Amino acid sequence: MKITLNGSVAETDSPDLAALVTAKGIDPCALVIEHNSRVIKQEHWGTTPVREGDVIELLNFVGGG
Amino acid sequence: MSFLELADQYQAFDFPGYFSGVTEHDVTTSLNRAGDMNRLGPTDLLNLLSPAAREFLEPMAQKARDITLQYFGRTIGLYAPMYISDFCANHCTYCGFNAVTDFPRTKLTLAEIEQEAKAIAGLGIRHILVLTGEAPAKTPIDYLEEAVSILTRYFSSVALEMFPMTEADYCWLNAAGADSLTVYQEVYNQKLYNEVHPKGPKSDYAFRLLTPERGARAGLRALNIGPLFGLGEPMSEAFMAGLHARYLEKEFPNVEVSLSLPRMTRAEGGIAPKHLLSDTGFVQTMLAWRLFMPRLGITVSTRESAGFRDRLIHLGATRFSAGSKTDVGGYTVRNPGAIDAAGTNPDTTVQFEITDTRSVGEITQMIRDSGYQPVFKDWEIF
Amino acid sequence: MEDMLTLGQKTFSSRLLTGTGKFSSKSLIGPMLEASRSEMITVALRRVDPTAGNEDSILAHIPDSVTLLPNTSGARTANEAVRIARIAREAGCGEFIKIEVISDMQFLLPDNHETLKATEVLAKEGFTVLPYMMPDITVSRQLHDAGAAAVMPLGSPIGSNRGLEMRAMIRRIIDTSRLPVIVDAGIGKPSQAAEAMEMGADAVLVNTAIATAQDPVMAGEAFAMAVEAGRMAFLAELAGQHHAARASSPLTGFLRE
Repeated sequence: MKITLNGSVAETDSPDLAALVTAKGIDPCALVIEHNSRVIKQEHWGTTPVREGDVIELLNFVGGG
Repeated sequence: MSFLELADQYQAFDFPGYFSGVTEHDVTTSLNRAGDMNRLGPTDLLNLLSPAAREFLEPMAQKARDITLQYFGRTIGLYAPMYISDFCANHCTYCGFNAVTDFPRTKLTLAEIEQEAKAIAGLGIRHILVLTGEAPAKTPIDYLEEAVSILTRYFSSVALEMFPMTEADYCWLNAAGADSLTVYQEVYNQKLYNEVHPKGPKSDYAFRLLTPERGARAGLRALNIGPLFGLGEPMSEAFMAGLHARYLEKEFPNVEVSLSLPRMTRAEGGIAPKHLLSDTGFVQTMLAWRLFMPRLGITVSTRESAGFRDRLIHLGATRFSAGSKTDVGGYTVRNPGAIDAAGTNPDTTVQFEITDTRSVGEITQMIRDSGYQPVFKDWEIF
Repeated sequence: MEDMLTLGQKTFSSRLLTGTGKFSSKSLIGPMLEASRSEMITVALRRVDPTAGNEDSILAHIPDSVTLLPNTSGARTANEAVRIARIAREAGCGEFIKIEVISDMQFLLPDNHETLKATEVLAKEGFTVLPYMMPDITVSRQLHDAGAAAVMPLGSPIGSNRGLEMRAMIRRIIDTSRLPVIVDAGIGKPSQAAEAMEMGADAVLVNTAIATAQDPVMAGEAFAMAVEAGRMAFLAELAGQHHAARASSPLTGFLRE
């Protein structure tokens, strides 16, 4: 299905956010996920389904002033 | 050129005209220059004394306070006056001791002078200001020399506020131990001066005006001058006094110059003051002088009220009188047991009313509470 | 009596805020924090870069005792700033947020208008808002009315290390602000940090100067000492210095009574 991931259109077949994170090979530890304008806590990634047209941001904290 | 010639140049100066033309811009320009290495000139002093400068009192005060802290630190010098004779041949229209006022005149004997000195020194005072009226026949030079000698045994600084003397006289007194001279011009405007000093030796404007210079040449190390506010137009008088102080500072670089602001507050000696100096005008004058001359001493006496003097500490004053009695023998001789008591015996004749009647102890406490250190002894003559 | 800095619901004994940007290595951040004794540090939020590999998070280098101050850098409008702030809070960063809204890419000067809008929204949502702003007394007052916890006027543009170019305006803000004033951006040397504190600033935020120093840990310590020295000088009320918390006419007001 097509989703918008970090501002760009992307293809995925991950059923939920936890699977998406694993599929992208990202360390879940410091990750923040905004799913359709809502921040989803890590404990709910496994139970949040990914659907066609979802807008997902994968964010993390970095150095900044 | 003596100060007489400099003062002459301003006798016909149109002060009201100049003052009314001073703009805010003029004031801020002068104010901004103050405190720098770049000294203020006479025009700046005029600007700071003008009505336009009234709007800038707070910034003037902030700057004046900083300058005072830089040059004087957090100290207030203390002194007390001792009147030893109220005989006077002058007819100054404004003075409680003038020749036409009828009251029993006295002069202290040397023993009484010593008694007063002991009492005042007992209060902690170390700088004494000794005063007489103008009656040299009653207080001849050898009497004064003896008086000064006695005082040097009790005080580390002896200042004279008497009558204009010759340079030779000042030499004698300096040798006897006097180190400072106070002489108020009263009025710098010559025309007005002549009006209020119609008779007696004091009617000689020029002789009086040049007194500080004679004192300095005779070796006195500190000069205290000022107008008597209430006689002439205050701001023009303040200007002339500032000019006088600057002149003395320049001519006699080893002499400490200070200014005072004696002001008439009500009818004294029978005439109402022509130009009352308001509290605001008083403060403006002090601030303008401080900005004009960073190292100028500024002395405030007990003519001023306690509350007002307390404020002046933060506005550039450097010396206060404390525990003053302004009648002859007022500490012990006239009023046994009155030493350090508030005010004076109502039956005695005083030169001026004391408004701040606090004791030396109370004043030193107030100075400390204000965050300053009271200084009793500034130096010692060897 | 300790001289504590109060921001929102928290008090801090250090008046040096630091930042995590521009370090050559994240591993320097922990030691820098220890040397500088800073108790609040900024972090930014970015999209994960999938090509970056799996580095440890910057958060791992910040001890729990140090308060996180996420900033909204990247935001060009109030809406973007609000969104970032909400994400940061949801991610467990705490209540503090530094609003940084910059639409000037040439000098990186903040947009006061958008900053004010974002402050209004976020303060209502319970954030402890620290807005980074272009020194302006009117905006400073408006930020107070909008519920900000402090104001953060810039000393000079981010990264310029030009010190207190804005000192005249910062002084006026210090004199008129009812909120703590934190000078942020442009402080390049400890003496500049000391200068800000002597002027009466409540704190300073230093990032670039520390991160880009040859020895950031030592630089952090130097800045800490400078901030302490400046603060003590301010408290000692040196002659010639004028202080924020005073009446408008403290010396001559009595003449008008």
